[in-house]
Parts: sequence; C-alpha cells; structure tokens
Amino acid sequence: MTASTELAQTWQRQAQGALVIVKKNAMLYYLKPPVLIFGVLFPVFFFLAFKMGRPIAAENIVPGMVAMALWFTASAVGPLVTPWERQAKTYERLISTPVSLQAILGGDVASGLIFGACLSVVPVGLGLALTDASIVSVVELIGGILLGALSFAALGVLLAAPPASSPSNIMLLSNLVRLPLLFVSGVFVPIDRMPGWARWIAPVSPLSYAGDMIRSGFGRPAYFPAWLSPVMLVAFTVLLFWGAQAFHRRWRAKGL
Amino acid sequence: MTPDNEKTAIEVRGLAKRFGEVQAVAGIDFEVRPGELFGFLGPNGAGKTTTVRMLTGVLEPTDGTAIIQGHDVRAEALLSRAHLGIVPEEANVYLDLSLWQNLMLMAEMHGVPRRQRVHEGERLLKALDLSDRKRHKARTLSKGLRQRLMLCTALVTGPEILFLDEPTSGLDVASARLIRQIVRHLRDQGLTVFLTTHNMDEAEEMCSRVAIINQGRIVAIDAPERLRSAMRCSQYLEVALAGDEADTAELERLPGILRLSREGTCVRLYSEQPGRLAAEVVALAKTKGLEIVHLCTRKPSLEDVFLYFTGDHAQEREQ
Repeated sequence: MTASTELAQTWQRQAQGALVIVKKNAMLYYLKPPVLIFGVLFPVFFFLAFKMGRPIAAENIVPGMVAMALWFTASAVGPLVTPWERQAKTYERLISTPVSLQAILGGDVASGLIFGACLSVVPVGLGLALTDASIVSVVELIGGILLGALSFAALGVLLAAPPASSPSNIMLLSNLVRLPLLFVSGVFVPIDRMPGWARWIAPVSPLSYAGDMIRSGFGRPAYFPAWLSPVMLVAFTVLLFWGAQAFHRRWRAKGL
Repeated sequence: MTPDNEKTAIEVRGLAKRFGEVQAVAGIDFEVRPGELFGFLGPNGAGKTTTVRMLTGVLEPTDGTAIIQGHDVRAEALLSRAHLGIVPEEANVYLDLSLWQNLMLMAEMHGVPRRQRVHEGERLLKALDLSDRKRHKARTLSKGLRQRLMLCTALVTGPEILFLDEPTSGLDVASARLIRQIVRHLRDQGLTVFLTTHNMDEAEEMCSRVAIINQGRIVAIDAPERLRSAMRCSQYLEVALAGDEADTAELERLPGILRLSREGTCVRLYSEQPGRLAAEVVALAKTKGLEIVHLCTRKPSLEDVFLYFTGDHAQEREQ
C-alpha cells in the first residue's frame, strides 16, 4: 500500500469517526434542556426585548435576528457535549477509540454547525413570511449562515475545553463570552453607528462578520469589504479549533 | 513490526508519568503475552489506573512507551487503540441511548462493518443475557447489567486485547460470576486480557501471571503460584490453644519462628518450615499440658504476597 493510499484511508476513517460523533450528538444533545434554553429560547427573548415598543421597521431587524439566532444555536451544542461527557465519564471512552481528538472535536463542531444552520431556517422563514424583508444575495446569505455557524460552533467547542466539575459551569462561561460579544457585533445597532470603542472591538467577534454577510444577503449595506468577512470567519474557525485542540491536550496531559 | 514485538501483545518499556511534583508511574517495564490473562494489582494510588490510561491512549506518557500489538502508543496511537476493548470500573455507557444504540455506536467508532456489528451485537447481547432489554435505555439497567453492557460494547469491536478495570467490583453474585465465566471463555479462545483488580481471589483464580505495582514501580511479577512459593518466609502455622495469653510467650521461644502475629483467638507462627514447627508445638503442648484447639499449616495466599510487597514490610524491605 502506498503512503498516499494509507493517508487517504486514515482520513476516510477519521471522517467516518467524526460522522459517528455527529450522529451521537444529535441523538443525545440536540434536545437537552440547556441547548433548547440557550440555543432557542434565548434568541427569541432577546429579539422580543429589542423589538417591542421600538419604532423599527420589522424588515430592518430580520438580518440581526437571523445572525443572533445563529450565534446562540450554533454555539450552544459545543459547551454542552464535552462537559457532559466528562461528567458521565464517556469522554475517556471516546478518546480511547481509534478516532483522533481532531475527528472527535471536528464532529462536535459539525454538530453545532448543523444544529445552527438548520434552526436558522426558522428566523429566515419567519422574516420572509411576516415582514417585507427579501433575499437579495442567496450566496452571501447562505455563505454567512454556514461560515458563521461553523465559526460559532468552533467557539462553542473551545469554550467546552476547560475541565469543569459540572456542565452548568461551562454554560455560564460560554454566556460570559457570548453575551458581551453579541452587543459589540452590530446585531442590534449597525457597526458604523456604534460608539468608537465598540467599533474597535467589533472586528474581534466572528458574529460581526457573519452578521455583515447575512445583512448583505438581505440587501442591507455591509460594514466590512465583501471578501473580508468569509476570510475572517474561516480564520476564526481555524484559530478556535486549534485552540480547542491545544486546551484538550493540555488538560489531558495533566490527567484532567 | 520487529520479531520481538510479534511475541508480545503488550510490551511496556520504561513507561513513566509525572503530574507536576508527583511521580505517578516511575519507569515500569513488563510484557503481556498473546492469549494471556494478566493481572495488574496494587493498592489505591499505586499507579494502576495511570498505567492503564497510558496504555489505552487516554494519557500521554511523560517518558518511555508501550507497544500494543506491534504499535507504539505514542508514535502510532490510533493503530494501537484499534486493537483494544476497554471495560472501566465505572460503567460509562450512554444512559440516554438504548443498549443496542450503545453497542452500535462503539462498533461504528471502531469502524466495524455494518453486517459484522449487527451480527456480533446480537450474539453478545444473547451471551450476556441482555437480549430482551435490547431497546431499553441504559439508564434503566442496574449496575451489574450496565457492567455486562460495557463488556458487550468492548467486545463488539472485535478487540485483540481486553482491558478490564475492576470488572466485578460491587456487582451482585450472578453478574460477577457471569462476567468471570465469559472472561475465562475469552481467554480460552485466545483473547489477551489485562485485568486490574483488588480482588485477590479473582486474580489468583483467573490470571496466569500477575504484576504488583506499588508507588509507581513494579515490585513483583510472576505466576500467582510461583509468587506464593517464592515467599517461603510467609508460610505459617496457625495455632489456637485453650487459655491463651501466657502461652504466646512459650510459642515465641520455639526454634525457627520468623515472626508471630495474633488473629483473633489464633496465633500465626511464620516459619520457613511450618511442618517441623507443628511437631514442636505438639511437643510443647504435651510437655506443658496445654490443649490444642486448632492447628494447621498455611501457605501464603496471593493476598499475603500482595501485602508483603505493598504493605508495611515493603518499606522495610527497601531499606
């Protein structure tokens, strides 16, 4: 067997392993209360709190609503899976299988991506059905949703990396990171209308770029150049995934 | 794969693990032969679990390595893990999945083809008397049944080496017996089994060889019978006399006694020749007019061997 055939087989095996992880996560975690509360109820109530009593045309807030829902749903699965599995001691079982840590974490990221991307159909559909909002660029909208979900899911997996005695501690940590970023990412107020300090912080949040692409998809003006947002979302995904792996290895070396 | 590796299922070379200032495993070496049921014994905190976690890929060794079925756990981690089935002490099945889903999940993680995993899954559930609960959630199972399910999930992957960590600890008699029976059967079929246990009777009854680890070091490794025979100094004569305390002093003066201990109403006289000592005790009883209530010679059990290597005497021996 040549080295390239062997490498291809290894990649195939690892990809299959990642798919098994996706299947497991879907069966076990998609309907867990913390995922539903932080991934579905949170964005609904945020939207209502933002919209009610304010003179904003409904179609103007559809892109922000889609981006915010995606932010919460895609990043909700990751922070639950690893802490839950650590507590149930199934994490050790997974890492002693012939599936690599990268494939396991890759499967967790894919779980968040699928969950977020699928549920984003709901706010997009409601926005199109109940308001005058319309899709101008399908590529930018779908690209923004998929790349956004990918980077948000990677963030969720990174947040789940520290060992915690209880999954709720990680959920708290994840909200500590997600909520401040939500307010500086131009979801509620466009970035160009935010105060100067917030405009400086906005580029460090992947939500800013995903929100920008989704806004463009709905025909609203974008803040960042069109090429920058997808590049930054891919870069965020790589960086966050690399960070998650590094943390997992570090804690494992310490026996945690 | 080198010819040497072909002869061993597990080859551990200078394996060490340090957690900060704590040296959990201090450069251990041993081999497990194919088809062997190998016992790994040690007190709590001796380094047993750390060793097993390094062998099964959960922990990265600080130093040294291990070869599993010819694959280095550090350089070829995925290949080495492909050969393992693991049954941890605490059954860590997915409680919200059914028995069947648990089985299939683990088989898929090991890349077992569909037809094979379905066939093996059915067979194993039947062998472990779980068939009628196939669709039940694992949450509904008792501890004993969960442990049986763990054994199923470990075996459905078709492992060449089975790691069992305290497999019968805290189980009901029926489950413990069934698991032992199946493990013996697997050994007879040629599966290599690495058994970590605190149960000395279990180790003595099942293992062809045992290693004893203490303070991160292997202090003894051999067949249980040979370890017992090697400990001639731990053979003893058990005596109970009617009317006791004063008589202990008389017994202590007998020739060839290495040490003496009291166990309830009995006195244990340790000697390299307990048979000869028995004759001396009978003669003493006759001379002093003492009544012997109980008298028997005993060989050291594996538990005695274990205590000898890991208890208070371990430090004395080292000194």
